[in-house]
Amino acid sequence: MARKLPATDVVVIGLGWTGAMLSHELLQEGLRVVAIERGPWRDTASSFPPGYAPDELRYAIRNGLLVQPAQTAMTFRNRPGQTALPIRSWSSFLPGNGAGGAGVHWNGQTWRFLPTDFVARTHLTQRYGANFLPSDMTIQDWGVTYDELEPHYDRFEYLCGTSGTAGNLQGKIQAGGNPFEGPRSRPYPTPAQRQPYAAAMFADAAKQLGYQPFPQPSGNLSQAYTNPLGVTLGACTYCGFCERFGCGNYSKASPQTTLLPVLVREQNFEARTLCEVTRINLDGSGTRATGVTYVDTSGNEWEQPAELVLLCAFQLFNVQLLLLSGIGKPYDVNSGEGVIGRNFSYQTTSIVEGFYDDRIFNPFIASGANGMIIDNYNGDNFDHGPHGFVGGGYIGMIQTNGRPIETTPVPPGTKRWGAEWKKAVADNYLSSIAFFCSGSNYSYRDNYLDLDPTYKDHLGRPLMRMTFDFHPNEVKMSAFLTDRAAEIMQKTNPRQMVKHPRTAPYSIVPYQTTHTCGGAIMGTDPKTSALNRYLQSWDVPNLFVMGASAFPQNAGYNPTDTVAAIAYWSAKAIREQYLKYPGPLVQA
Amino acid sequence: MLSQDRSPARHRRRELLAGVSGVVFGLLAGEAHARTIKGALPWSPGAAAPPAEAQPGPWQYFTPEEARIAEALVDRLIPPDDKVPGGKDAGCAMFIDRQLAGPFGQASGRYMQPPFAAGTPQQGDQSPFTPAQFYRHALAALDRVSREKFAGKGFAELPASEQDMLIGGMESGTVNLGTVHSKAFFELLLQNTKEGFFADPVYGGNRDMVGWKMIGFPGARYDYSAWIDRHNQRYPLPPVAIMGRPAWNSASD
Repeated sequence: MARKLPATDVVVIGLGWTGAMLSHELLQEGLRVVAIERGPWRDTASSFPPGYAPDELRYAIRNGLLVQPAQTAMTFRNRPGQTALPIRSWSSFLPGNGAGGAGVHWNGQTWRFLPTDFVARTHLTQRYGANFLPSDMTIQDWGVTYDELEPHYDRFEYLCGTSGTAGNLQGKIQAGGNPFEGPRSRPYPTPAQRQPYAAAMFADAAKQLGYQPFPQPSGNLSQAYTNPLGVTLGACTYCGFCERFGCGNYSKASPQTTLLPVLVREQNFEARTLCEVTRINLDGSGTRATGVTYVDTSGNEWEQPAELVLLCAFQLFNVQLLLLSGIGKPYDVNSGEGVIGRNFSYQTTSIVEGFYDDRIFNPFIASGANGMIIDNYNGDNFDHGPHGFVGGGYIGMIQTNGRPIETTPVPPGTKRWGAEWKKAVADNYLSSIAFFCSGSNYSYRDNYLDLDPTYKDHLGRPLMRMTFDFHPNEVKMSAFLTDRAAEIMQKTNPRQMVKHPRTAPYSIVPYQTTHTCGGAIMGTDPKTSALNRYLQSWDVPNLFVMGASAFPQNAGYNPTDTVAAIAYWSAKAIREQYLKYPGPLVQA
Repeated sequence: MLSQDRSPARHRRRELLAGVSGVVFGLLAGEAHARTIKGALPWSPGAAAPPAEAQPGPWQYFTPEEARIAEALVDRLIPPDDKVPGGKDAGCAMFIDRQLAGPFGQASGRYMQPPFAAGTPQQGDQSPFTPAQFYRHALAALDRVSREKFAGKGFAELPASEQDMLIGGMESGTVNLGTVHSKAFFELLLQNTKEGFFADPVYGGNRDMVGWKMIGFPGARYDYSAWIDRHNQRYPLPPVAIMGRPAWNSASD
């Protein structure tokens, strides 16, 4: 029997980016907040100091900072009708764990979505006609616009000290920035990072082809910065141990380096770590959350009552907890009805490898979010009419690392072991690079999440099941982007170039990206969305659900900046509207 | 609309408590217990979790026979040449031995619940074997295959060309290793050998940082801010490992 704890005002599930942000917001209203985090407490000095942070085996290969599949896993299949099997160790995507969540071990790539991304269905239908979209594509408008989110994007970027060059200041296009971006109210808080040789080479070639390259907006700061809360970050040293690692320099924006020092000192805040929430509890009517039940490391079960519940876990685990708690109608792929698990999407990535003679790229001099990028083929920035697909992505040269276990590029046809392999690795390590394409991933009727009928987690609860594949639209889009990237690389005169466009079927085996999205999407219609435009559950008004789980589909950019923007947007509605008049903020 | 079905989480109390063994998943001693953080950032002097250094000495997992086979294998996957040592002298077999004796070998953290089914290639490794079991089965089976094919000679006794033939056969799946799939074992072995060649030397491989020196990777360095602008220039400093480098401890430094 769960032991009942004294009630609090707000319980926050998960202490990653959105858990830390929302906790801080509600503390400003004088509320008591309890944050419950499945993983351990983490802080820079004891969890990832420079003395042992740069350990590729421990963190990049053995996944030292991630949640372990033995604790929580999922099953996977490409198509309905196949039998899903467990993802027994992570590879394609790498879910985080612990205080700071994925905000500890992300690369720091900080992108706003385009204004048209938020009205994807309306915009694309208007421009190309309804028949241009595949009949099984289930993209939707978000219910919120770029203009509504702009102040919240700005707020997150100033929380982090994001390093970049503005491309559109209040409608005026700025040289050196992204000419396609939505208008921003003010410049980035710190200047763009310095760029390695390969990125400069990309930018030169891109300019020759008539593009407008610009530096990637980076959560690895170009210089020391003190944020509005008084928390200070340092300057990135291009150490090349970014994604999958914690930053020992305090120079990667994370909850640790922007929020937690302030949060923890608030007297009305309490974090409970290594406590796993097993259920959001509902009252007899099923329309009001009464709090959560969680399990600690001794196996004790606790009930934490609260007036307001904020689900701030990672996208996958948000959807899983909603399903396990019986909140919202689960999506049924056969009928097409239901909302929890609906519109699961990912990211469509690809690369072009380049092998060069007589060039020294020093791949190990790197940061997670440096790079020179072109955005000419993202979203609807170009006319799709002649091409027969929708969506797009950015193309760039992003040098995140040269860690050797992961980085031994050899020309195609090289034997995978033996003297030939050894020589090829030695010859090519310093002089090989890859251009990268980050493409959109639109939603489809048969890409979804639900509960697995067979496999269970360590607490005996059903695992979540992922049914997902790349559809022909995304395959076409990826081939197009990859070809454009290859044209740029050709201008740099490589000895050899190898294109790797993304193709179906999707495999969970090679690493791609951790940008899983959807499954608890926001929208204007409770029949096709789980949340209203303020991220409030249509079914349970005192429950709000943050995260990329709210995205109706994924655009051609990394999710974090948009996850943060909608979280701040939701927090504003909670503070200014919900707390005064608790109840549905939108009429269904 | 709210589902009318019973929530799947309303499992029996017995099932819930039976599932919580108190073993915390892949976490280190210092971070093993639930705690409450309130009022101040947690801090205790000397709190840290550096990697445990692999100690030289007897094999901890391999039997002497298995070790001979493992050393022969890593020396063909990464052969010695006149410039750079091979897998054996780089310590790849010692690395693999220490890994198999530890959490990696026990598949700690991996989802190991049944049922096990073969699946599609897109669904990834579904093997019920831990890495330690994999090696134990595979090395014995490889030695048997060797004796059958090469007049009673074990794998470690074969000339290099015949060892390469058998390795190639595992890679292509034409060598039969009995209960383990030879291709799956080959992939595991190749991956672990590369790890042994390029991981930090604290784990027992990459002795004297030979793997890093071969490619020009400076190791566990953390500050290249003076180098980001030096385009197309060779980085001149030797590699450093988590435990430093030999010159740190020499009298002349």
